[in-house]
Amino acid sequence: MPTFVYMTRCDGCGHCVDICPSDIMHIDKTYRRAYNIEPNFCWECYSCVKACPMNAIDVRGYADFAPLGHSVRVLREEEKGTISWRIKFRDGRTKDFVSPITTQPWGEKIPELAKYDVPDNEALDSSLLCHEPEYLKVDSGLPTIDKSKFKQGVYY
Amino acid sequence: MNPFSELPIPALAMQIYVIVMLVLVVAGTLFDVWHKRSAAYFFAAEKKGREARTREIDSGEKASIAAKTIAHDVLASGEFCNQRRRAAHLLTMYGFVLFVVTTAILVFGYADTEAAAPAIWPLLWWLGALMVCIGGYWFWFKIRVDVAAEGNPWYRIVQADLFILSLLGTTTFALIWAVLEAAGAGWLATLFFWLFIIAATVLFGSVPWSKFAHMFFKPAAAYQRRISDADGGRQNLPPPADKPEQFGLGIKREAPRHY
Repeated sequence: MPTFVYMTRCDGCGHCVDICPSDIMHIDKTYRRAYNIEPNFCWECYSCVKACPMNAIDVRGYADFAPLGHSVRVLREEEKGTISWRIKFRDGRTKDFVSPITTQPWGEKIPELAKYDVPDNEALDSSLLCHEPEYLKVDSGLPTIDKSKFKQGVYY
Repeated sequence: MNPFSELPIPALAMQIYVIVMLVLVVAGTLFDVWHKRSAAYFFAAEKKGREARTREIDSGEKASIAAKTIAHDVLASGEFCNQRRRAAHLLTMYGFVLFVVTTAILVFGYADTEAAAPAIWPLLWWLGALMVCIGGYWFWFKIRVDVAAEGNPWYRIVQADLFILSLLGTTTFALIWAVLEAAGAGWLATLFFWLFIIAATVLFGSVPWSKFAHMFFKPAAAYQRRISDADGGRQNLPPPADKPEQFGLGIKREAPRHY
């Protein structure tokens, strides 16, 4: 389901208006709060959900994968460089995830492909892609998982 | 100088007007709550939040949370992340409080000319009106989200602007009237006095249709949010992350001002 705004928590700051790639988050004329003007066009990209400083925007997932009673909420803490998710199943189970924010500042970290060497025919015919194998970081061998960490048998 | 003492209107009439405005605010807020069912939804959301709690809060902790809400969210307008918005709101909020309180003091205490008001009250009246004008016009021309994020021109007016425009009208006309009154401008001062009264009546009478009542609702909402943060419910949001060291520094976002 597309995004919706808890208008009582919204304070009309405009961050969601600015960030929406679909340009569908706008300001209501009666209350000066944000709302989704065209839910059909929403991609559920979560940009507005993450950008809202008041955490006033939420998304309810489509019913085929997210049944009623669930909750998916995200907290983006820019000063710490983290983005945290809390998934709540409808039976009460909760899973928390914390990831780094990988947004880079404007203009930095863009690879200057024009400055790379043009690959010869041998490189083009090989199965390795650009930057491989260095960027795979497998110099110390492929990662392995100890089989004792796997649970035995079928479980639900 | 107390501008209210020079008026040809009896003090009783002015006092009745102030009381009528107060009654309009109270009645308007109660009607707004009933009509929009804000209280019903607020308590339903609070009940849902309480069901998601992971710990109990005793009354001592609730009192401390209430004190923090008043000190940080109400008196210091701490919910604003944007410091310019926060500064404009503080100016407007304290200016409005000063203006209203000193108007009441001047009208109820010193409206008849026999007892001259101590200089502090008219001074604070002027200061309050000026603070509202500075904060309010700054908000109107620069900070208002319609202008800052949506790119609308500053002269585009919608219903959401009812509160700020009537507030700015009240204080602007009040200041102009007081200046003209002090200069003895006769009918011009009277004109601006009546414009001031019309703007003030619109401000206090339009409570069900404007943002006025946010000054009562926002502290309750802030208190409710702090309670839900303290009892573990956190409106289903994840807790603040504790892993920043291994993830590195964050990105400073750009201010959303691309117009």
